[in-house]
Amino acid sequence: MNVTLPEVAETADTRHLLSVADLGRSGIEEVLRLTDSFVEVSERTIPRVPALRGRTVATLFFEDSTRTRLSFEAAAKRLSADTMTFSAASSSLNKGESLRDTVETVTAMGADALIVRHRSAGVPWQVASWVPAAVINAGDGWHEHPTQALLDCYTVRQALVARGADGAIDGMRVGIVGDVKHSRVARSGVLAWSALGADVTLIAPPTLLPPSLAGWPVRVSHDLDAVLPDLDVVYLLRIQAERMTEALLPSLREYTAVYGLTRRRAELLGKDAVVMHPGPMNRGVEIAAEVAELPCSVITRQVSNGVAVRMAVLFLLLGSGLDA
Amino acid sequence: MAERERMLTPPRGGVFVARAQVMTAEDVRRVLTRIAHEIAERNHGLEDLVLVGLQTGGVPIARRLAGLIHETQGADVPVGSLDVAFYRDDIGLRPVLPEAVTDIPWDLTGQTVVLVDDVLFTGRTVRAALNALSDYGRARAVQLAVMVDRGHRELPVRPDYVGKNLPTRRDEMVDVSEDGVLLGDVVAR
Repeated sequence: MNVTLPEVAETADTRHLLSVADLGRSGIEEVLRLTDSFVEVSERTIPRVPALRGRTVATLFFEDSTRTRLSFEAAAKRLSADTMTFSAASSSLNKGESLRDTVETVTAMGADALIVRHRSAGVPWQVASWVPAAVINAGDGWHEHPTQALLDCYTVRQALVARGADGAIDGMRVGIVGDVKHSRVARSGVLAWSALGADVTLIAPPTLLPPSLAGWPVRVSHDLDAVLPDLDVVYLLRIQAERMTEALLPSLREYTAVYGLTRRRAELLGKDAVVMHPGPMNRGVEIAAEVAELPCSVITRQVSNGVAVRMAVLFLLLGSGLDA
Repeated sequence: MAERERMLTPPRGGVFVARAQVMTAEDVRRVLTRIAHEIAERNHGLEDLVLVGLQTGGVPIARRLAGLIHETQGADVPVGSLDVAFYRDDIGLRPVLPEAVTDIPWDLTGQTVVLVDDVLFTGRTVRAALNALSDYGRARAVQLAVMVDRGHRELPVRPDYVGKNLPTRRDEMVDVSEDGVLLGDVVAR
């Protein structure tokens, strides 16, 4: 399957969040700036504001998820929105209800925003064309996962600000390591990092890269040890065993030996480098168990920032009145 | 707060054109000195008192008041800042985005809070601010200090300290800065 990356927009379309490309650089920066305010809200004793009172946010997950779904639900609740939860496993899909009827049913119950995750690429676009609600792509197949990319950029910016820098991502060297082929996180990530001016390198065995990288603003390497010392951000992807329909790797042990962030490799990291992972981690495969706990790892911050970033996205789509 | 920002952003749009100077920089300084004294007079000792400026116009005024209280009373009063965007009642009706991150790093329970803003108009910003403050603890009392009260209240809000009462038309605009107070109009671009 060949996925070409879309052109990143000049100005943000704030009706939906389907692709990072819809936001453009200014839109991404707007989300990151707004996230600062929601991090402040999240740190309070009572982490809740009345901003989206009376609005309803529905999560429609046709594929498994722990953190993304919980994160969106927490974000909606902290904005005082009502939440509705749909999960494919326990729904009338099992009685043969179509995707369209399911989506229209949820919208008819008053959902103002639909958070959609589906195993097929493009479903959130399809959903957005059917209903008037705001649609947020929470992961479609191998294609995109925009809020993950936004929270990753925010987390790096936060780490930069914490050490006294201005938080600009321009010129940073970001290495995305591992299963790029099956990764929506990588696709959205490449768009977001490069829109913000970072220099992205994909580091993976040829079998785990997309068949064509034409038009991707990236460099490619097959030698992690050579690239590692120069990286500011090491972004490890999960080996997606559930999406691998053919033998793409000789063995997980060999993958770890060549591409895993082992204890030994972690010593090659630059002084200020940060290690990231979108979760869920296969500890001992793409990342050694103890490396995930090192001070350079911001994996836990990614999760906590995820709620604040999703609050920012929901507020921009439902509350800011920018579409009025 | 942000009256200026809101009037100058779409869908209203436009630019501020001053018609008259209502207060000079010197007038503003004198008025702030008076309000600093009034705050000290009313809150004997200034213990457990904090100033909270409303973003964006109230924040520099709150800082100046704290400086004047320090000069004249020798007391150090903490200054916070509050952005009420997430508490406004016009969310979804027009662009409402925070101008800055709220900075109130204390529990306000038992404290006396002086809210500080540049212009008091409909009272809706103050209503939002009162709701926001309650999320930072149960203040012993909340007082309100404004540089200009321009009337046209839509809610039962009354200031405790006023720099100047300024009769205005609803469609006029008041601009407060350290250079003084201007009265003017928003003119379409």
